[in-house]
Amino acid sequence: MNETALEAACQVEAQPQNPVEPFLRMDRMPHIWCAGCGIGTTVNCFTRALLDSKADLQNVAVVSGIGCTGRVAGYMNLDSFHTTHGRAIPFATGLKLANPDLQVVVYSGDGDLFAIGGNHFIHAARRNMDLKVICVNNLTYAMTGGQTGPATPSHVISATSPYGVFEPAFNLVQLAEAAGAAYVARWTTYHVKQLARSMEEVMKKKGFCFIEVISPCPTLYQRRNKMGDGLDTMKFYKQVSKLRNGAPTSECALTKAGEIVVGKFVDRDRPGYFEMLGTQMHETLGDRYAEPEVMCSEC
Amino acid sequence: MHADAKGVLTGVHFLDGDHACCEGTLAAGARFSAGYPITPSTEVVERFAQRIPTVGGVFIQMEDELSASIAIQGAVWGGAKAFTVTSGPGFSLMMEHIGYAAMTETPCVFVDVQRGGPSTGLPTLPAQSDMMQAKWGSHGDYGIVALCPNSPQECFDLTVTGFNISEEFRVPVMMMLDECVGHMTEKVVIPDADKLEITPRRYTKLPPSEFRLYEPREDLVPDMTRAGAGYKFHVTGLTHDEHGYPNMTVETQDRLVRRLVDKLKPFSGDRALFETEYVDDAEVVVVSYGITSRVAQRAIQMAREQGIKAGKFRIISAWPFPDQPLNELAARVKAFVVPELNLGQMVHEVDRVSQGRAKVIPVSHAGGTVHNPEVILRAIVEAIR
Repeated sequence: MNETALEAACQVEAQPQNPVEPFLRMDRMPHIWCAGCGIGTTVNCFTRALLDSKADLQNVAVVSGIGCTGRVAGYMNLDSFHTTHGRAIPFATGLKLANPDLQVVVYSGDGDLFAIGGNHFIHAARRNMDLKVICVNNLTYAMTGGQTGPATPSHVISATSPYGVFEPAFNLVQLAEAAGAAYVARWTTYHVKQLARSMEEVMKKKGFCFIEVISPCPTLYQRRNKMGDGLDTMKFYKQVSKLRNGAPTSECALTKAGEIVVGKFVDRDRPGYFEMLGTQMHETLGDRYAEPEVMCSEC
Repeated sequence: MHADAKGVLTGVHFLDGDHACCEGTLAAGARFSAGYPITPSTEVVERFAQRIPTVGGVFIQMEDELSASIAIQGAVWGGAKAFTVTSGPGFSLMMEHIGYAAMTETPCVFVDVQRGGPSTGLPTLPAQSDMMQAKWGSHGDYGIVALCPNSPQECFDLTVTGFNISEEFRVPVMMMLDECVGHMTEKVVIPDADKLEITPRRYTKLPPSEFRLYEPREDLVPDMTRAGAGYKFHVTGLTHDEHGYPNMTVETQDRLVRRLVDKLKPFSGDRALFETEYVDDAEVVVVSYGITSRVAQRAIQMAREQGIKAGKFRIISAWPFPDQPLNELAARVKAFVVPELNLGQMVHEVDRVSQGRAKVIPVSHAGGTVHNPEVILRAIVEAIR
């Protein structure tokens, strides 16, 4: 652990109540995640981002797909949706379009967002839909027992690649940038301060934002690949991570044991979906265009 | 409550079924649609895309049917009334989200303009081949409502009804058109907005501290809320308790799944939608729906002209199946003749209800065109022999 994280832990103990508690459904604890899993760490960072960004919590919604990270929605004390496998982004798209006042956060895993949901990811980025996508990338399908996923690096042993992965993996940050994301960053669960700050930043940024968080799955990924436990993984992340803000995303591909480039890679302004819709309709329909409002007849 | 006049195109029109269906969605208050193009259904959303910017709402063309069928559900939880439109191959892709809508009790409407299958089949030609899929296509036990219009006028009227049912029962409703009904053009009368009764969403009146998202009222349907209203609720496709929290016990599963099915029981009885003609003295009754009911009408007339006591039972709400009215008929007729543009789907339901009391004669057709009325007439003649 680095000094910052220790300091944060001390502060927590001094409080009568853990400061993240109001953001969680405490009646659902304990959670299902394994010891050493990184998802809880990312949730801690997310709650800090909610605090620091002074988000209007009534208007923050979390949408998850299926998988270990898919369970995040269920633990957040917010309007939350645990959708179908891969479909968090299109659900979130509908939610956002029906109620533009909502800040919609998609919180899901690498398999969910980039295999079964990969098509939705690239199209939402293309549209610059105003969604904040947080991908906890544990490099495997953890919920189902550690199978090869679209982000599993070569040579890794998995439940379905017992002799080693030979397919190339997606470089998620490069994919996000190429598809049109307005904001792209990557951290590991070792970088709690930076991750929380990134999350805070995207809460204030318009457009399609993507944060990849490299996270351990000690139960399936690390164990099977003899990479130690959760703490060993923190040491590994500390050792191999290299901060390169603004690095070309094409240089950020992950390998099994090599460098993990972290930082904010993309932060650009592109017109968002609503803006483009409004511009086009005003141009062609003039005064006849009826701006969509919050579509709630009864509220 | 009355319809919002902004969406109601009051007047007498000459419309095809797809366009009339679109006007039905607007009149019912739909302000969101997500779609993916597929013949012969695309005209519904083409018209919506043209109309909605001046009404106030959003149409988004999604990347596939999977996303269209879940985007509408996101919109519903954001407060909108929403629907999607498709045909056979797209309907197959939407199955996972029909299950999700049933499980999460998300009121929404799926329009399926049926064409010949299986697979890519007959993209431009009619069939009624998705009738069983509408009920059983997603995994698990669940309830849906399916309505079968047989004219452009009904495409309008029943779409409004479909939205109302979806809100009252918090259930996905399937509009089971077919290529003929979707593409035939007829007179469509759209009434004034204040003549259209619209069922509002069942938003809870309880404060957040007392509200539970899946606690049913006496009619087995729970009240609802929407994102941003301060309720901090949770929705999941997992088996869940009254809070909406995952709870994978045998007891919770049993309670939830039975309720999802049982809440729609009224449609087997006094809420069933159907139309009968000449049944009082009928010895044989033709049971049909959609475009086939219009062909059957001719066959029944020809039978009557020959002195055969033939009657008509037109299914309008196909799911839940109208058990009770057909059960009553089964006790006093000799036979049911069931023409369908498939190799036999709803005929199994007629047979189940008949319980051997009346003969059940299928008149199957693989699709691509409609029946020849003579073929149905032959079945009627055979039935009374």
